[in-house]
Amino acid sequence: MEKIIYLDNNATTAVAPEVFEAMRPFLTDLYGNPSSIHTFGGQVAAHVETARDQLAALLGAQSSELIFTSCGTESDNAAIYSALSLCPKRRKVVMSCMEHPAVLALGKELERRGYAVSHIPVDSKGRLDMECAREMIDAETAVVSVMWANNEIGNLYPVQELGELAHSRGALFHTDAVQAVGKVRINLADLPIDMLSLSGHKLHAPKGVGALYVKRGVRFRPFIVGGHQERGRRAGTENVAGIVALGKAAELANANIGTEQTRVKAMRDKLEQGLLRLPATRLNGDPEHRLPNTSNISFEYIEGESILMLLDMHGICASSGSACTTGSLEPSHVLRAMGVPYTAAHGAIRFSFSRYNTEEEVDFVLEQLPPVIARLREISPYWKG
Amino acid sequence: MWDYTKKVMDHFLNPRNVGEIENADAVAEVGNITCGDALKLFLKLDKDGRICDAKFKTFGCASAIASSSALTELVKGMTLDEAAKVTNKDIVKLLGQLPEEKMHCSVMGMEALQAAIADYKARHGEAYEKAEEDPEDHEGRIVCKCFGVTDTKIRRVARENNLHTAEQVTQYTKAGGACGTCLDQIQEILDGLWKEHRTDGDAPAAGKTDDFNSLSVVQKVIKVQSVIDREIRPQLEHDGGDIELVDIQGTQAIVRLKGHCASCMAAKVTLKNLVEAKLREFVSDSITVVEAK
Repeated sequence: MEKIIYLDNNATTAVAPEVFEAMRPFLTDLYGNPSSIHTFGGQVAAHVETARDQLAALLGAQSSELIFTSCGTESDNAAIYSALSLCPKRRKVVMSCMEHPAVLALGKELERRGYAVSHIPVDSKGRLDMECAREMIDAETAVVSVMWANNEIGNLYPVQELGELAHSRGALFHTDAVQAVGKVRINLADLPIDMLSLSGHKLHAPKGVGALYVKRGVRFRPFIVGGHQERGRRAGTENVAGIVALGKAAELANANIGTEQTRVKAMRDKLEQGLLRLPATRLNGDPEHRLPNTSNISFEYIEGESILMLLDMHGICASSGSACTTGSLEPSHVLRAMGVPYTAAHGAIRFSFSRYNTEEEVDFVLEQLPPVIARLREISPYWKG
Repeated sequence: MWDYTKKVMDHFLNPRNVGEIENADAVAEVGNITCGDALKLFLKLDKDGRICDAKFKTFGCASAIASSSALTELVKGMTLDEAAKVTNKDIVKLLGQLPEEKMHCSVMGMEALQAAIADYKARHGEAYEKAEEDPEDHEGRIVCKCFGVTDTKIRRVARENNLHTAEQVTQYTKAGGACGTCLDQIQEILDGLWKEHRTDGDAPAAGKTDDFNSLSVVQKVIKVQSVIDREIRPQLEHDGGDIELVDIQGTQAIVRLKGHCASCMAAKVTLKNLVEAKLREFVSDSITVVEAK
């Protein structure tokens, strides 16, 4: 394939070259098991601990508060199941209606198991109804789980306020921060967050590694039971190469976090402003409080899959909240929860940047995309341009 | 990522007959923007009553646009009576193949065509007889409230495309694809439909034949598959296994055992005593069964 313009970094990211170099030895020479007594294996354990320190530095956490897992979804499941099993008298979970399926589908499963699950609604910009949240979070609530940043529209949620609210009712607070880590500054030492989930492949580490932060003093019951790894909190031989990669990626993210708010945001804004100049377009989400890398734009009267496939012909990668792209028949739950009209929901495209994008790429998209939109509108029975 | 054929991509990237026809002899619009796809079809007839021009406008995904484009190519030159016999399968055939989840796009094409023919007949004061074969959509009971799909449409599309599960019906008609509360009802409709068919005895899926080898491959597959679904799979599933039909060559059915059956020491016995026995009982005495390599 020719040149790729990758604007789908909320789906997954490129492995940073430094990250690949850091993990390479653990896939070749240093294949030992960190639990082994012999030096060959045992020496690997030190690298796992270095990675833990690197990740802790990015999060403003202590190393002992971090558990390496296989992915964000595992972290989410581990956090919520732990909270529920340690608090058996409370049978209620509160989450936002904007959660990733990793939390939303878990909520459905918990309902089947007899738990009450409440979903905090949002307004047309995807902002949480905090009045409603205050009513929902009550003395029955075991855990509140609200994402730090939404993957589709980029909205940032008031995790500090939600954590305080949860604590005031005696509930634990968990946040799925898969999209936030590495994109916004995080200092867990100062925040009322009991548990936080993250995933390596969203910040330039490979797929298959994630982590769960559990605040010191918060009890935790393991989700995966077996050996003594991760101090008995997550059994299973460590994914050493993945963990080392995540550590290195965290170090790089920490060093580059300034560019997210400056260079990355500037590219995103340039693309967004250019596209919103086209007729019948709209921005989905909260323009004030959102990730610096994400833009979700609806092109009305046309359908997202068609747009993505024509962009693909130019090597441009983005994603869509449209029904057709997933094989499901309804547009994304996020856009529907916000009440985005169907005329716009089916044609919603998400562009998500990383520090590896360039301004030339933005210019290329601004050049290629308008004719694609015009061409599909030409075919659409609803377009009366 | 969808696995679209070259044909689908060609019709998507270079759609034929996009546009509107002024003074068209028939116009129809099916689907709507809420559902995520819609097709507006225009037909022009020549003095002999043949379709001399067809144009479309479509809101939807790549396969919806490709299906619309294929439809317009397909019907040009047909009389309305000929066009009335076009089904979604003809559209799929022209496109090579569509992913199962996208079959509803081809059904939308067929519906637009039928609606356009009805429009033509209405303009000329004729009853639309073809549609009368099934007492159609207008009278059916809405089963899927999300997408407004009636039981008559479900029956018709299921019969046309040999659909046996609610999941397939969702892929072909969208029914059940949103909230999912009607899925049980859809399955009941299917169970009722195929039960009727089985007792009819003349449906291709049912009845034993003396002359199995003279059937087309498709007919063979339909017959064998229906017996597998009805008589064989439930027994295997009971033991944690499953079976899939891989191919039919002559009178030899090639199958693959799955799940527990795949690793079972008694797999050979299962093939002879259950699979082959049932196929001989319900399809033809000439059938032999072998396991896929």
